[in-house]
Amino acid sequence: MSDIEPTVEWVSDAAVIQDPTGLHARPAVKLTRLAKTFEAAVEIRANHGNNWTNAKSPNKVMKLKAAHGEPLHVRAAGADAPAAVAALIDLLNRDFDD
Amino acid sequence: MTAPAQPQTQPQVYEGIAVSGGVALGPLHVLRGPGATARRAGDPVQEAAAFKAALNEAATALQALIEAEDSLAGDILEFQLALLEDDDITAPVLAAIAGGTPADRAWIDKMDAEIADYRGDGDGVLAGRAEDLSDLKNRVLSALTGSSAALAEVPAGAILVAEDLTPSLFLDIDWSRLAGAVTTGGSPTSHVAILARARGVSLVVGTRLAVEGLPAGGTAILDAAAGRLTVNPDSAARAAAEAAGAAEAEKERAIAAVLHQPARTADGIPVMVLANIDAPALLDQVSSDICDGVGLTRTEFLFAGGRQPDEEEQLAFYRRLLAWADGRPVTVRTLDAGGDKPLPGVTIDGETNPFLGVRGLRLSFARPEVFRCQLRALVRAAEEAGNLKVMLPMITAPWELDQARAMLDEEIAGLRQAGIPCAHPALGIMIEVPAAALMAGDFEADFYSIGSNDLIQYTAACARDNPAVAALADPRTPAVLELIRRVVAAGEARGVEVSLCGEMASSPALISSLLDCGLTMLSCAPAQIGPVKLAIADYDGRGRNGADHG
Repeated sequence: MSDIEPTVEWVSDAAVIQDPTGLHARPAVKLTRLAKTFEAAVEIRANHGNNWTNAKSPNKVMKLKAAHGEPLHVRAAGADAPAAVAALIDLLNRDFDD
Repeated sequence: MTAPAQPQTQPQVYEGIAVSGGVALGPLHVLRGPGATARRAGDPVQEAAAFKAALNEAATALQALIEAEDSLAGDILEFQLALLEDDDITAPVLAAIAGGTPADRAWIDKMDAEIADYRGDGDGVLAGRAEDLSDLKNRVLSALTGSSAALAEVPAGAILVAEDLTPSLFLDIDWSRLAGAVTTGGSPTSHVAILARARGVSLVVGTRLAVEGLPAGGTAILDAAAGRLTVNPDSAARAAAEAAGAAEAEKERAIAAVLHQPARTADGIPVMVLANIDAPALLDQVSSDICDGVGLTRTEFLFAGGRQPDEEEQLAFYRRLLAWADGRPVTVRTLDAGGDKPLPGVTIDGETNPFLGVRGLRLSFARPEVFRCQLRALVRAAEEAGNLKVMLPMITAPWELDQARAMLDEEIAGLRQAGIPCAHPALGIMIEVPAAALMAGDFEADFYSIGSNDLIQYTAACARDNPAVAALADPRTPAVLELIRRVVAAGEARGVEVSLCGEMASSPALISSLLDCGLTMLSCAPAQIGPVKLAIADYDGRGRNGADHG
């Protein structure tokens, strides 16, 4: 590995989006609010795309257009990264408490 | 304020488009829009402070609104609130301000770029949120220019006059203390119009009146049902408006009492009242608690502007619709384009008589790829919820139903082969062609739903869009009622449901005629559910001619 690009230790996991409309406004708000409670950098990625996006930005999460039935990938880096990933996965598994 | 002693000036009448509401008398109050006040920009440090203060003010106002609103409106506002706290939005604005751009300009630039992004994406859910972004943009701008304070000055019972109203501003206003609103611009299909209908606020749009020419503090009559504003009314008109207003208030109380109850006639016959859904925004504005399901979903909006929604996009909407209905039955009509609803790239141009041409199911057969795509999305949705029904429009002969059913079966077989879960929905037909109404029993349909608008037009040979023949196109014309009775009888004989989903069911004055025909399932515009339930409660079938509630 080169030391030009510092290696970031990402913790990652994935869970299926159960909400019938996908990751629309209400779930996006819940997800970003939860992500913001962690110090770690938290990112998500739709199954159909390659780009990781900031899970603390409702605008970016909304534009991800992650659909119902597809897995949402979650990763975090930082002190509380494992807890952040676990919390977001748990929120997905609870279908955003809807 | 002292009453003017001089003789009355001449009444001035302004005609606009009626959105919702009734008659009210009140003082005129002109509302200036955000940005109407010129704003002087400070240095970058002052501008950044002004921007942050505006964000805070907007957030506080949103927070207060969220606490006051029902959960549907609350969800819309929660998203706006979250965006206010989104660094992805605010950081670029602050950077532009630091570079010397005035706060309002920087905010407008960023939000306009985001709105264009949401709209241009081609995703229905995202495009729907563009309106929220636009609303948020105006909300922060109002805070920056200080125009939100203007609302506090509106006198009780006033008729608001504005060039236009944003959804934010609409929700900011305590309508219970006002008579209603008139806008010079605006459209009856806007988000604000939907909010006004859902909340029963008196609103007239598109009056094109010159706001500057209105007498400040003058009295006016807002006849929102007729789409008319009368400034400086004479004393006879005032008295009539006051009486009409009192009668309406009484009626509103009666409607509120029946709205959330299952409908029942005075002689105890239960009647199902369903909602017609013609825009996804309705799902955000109307609670499914007030209806017995969806009797008609007009899927044309999915194809608005010549868009060709793919299977996944359609499926996403059907899922949302089913989730909204919360287990109640949902009837989705397949694409009904043609006639008065041309669709670029789908309908056939240059027909000499489009109403008698390739429209509805006929067009679906001419464009099988569009039809099959919709069928796939529907049967996939049907697998997830057992309450979905599919309805075919503009059917004339039994073989059309057979052919459509064969296509449905083929799509189900194809999906199953591909391992994609799907299910057979109930497949019914819309009765709007007299040939189908006369011979309804010959159709092996799982249900019948009468489309009264076209049934009247085809029975009376009167074009829907030609006012010169409107007198002949009376919905209560005996031939139309006879056809409705025949369809009801055919449904009873075959043991299948019969409903009516055309405009007739949205007209409280016609409800008694429909119940006389033996109908017990009506699907109407969401705003008419209350008035229709009231008309049902007032109906007593005992001893009526032609009444048959077997």
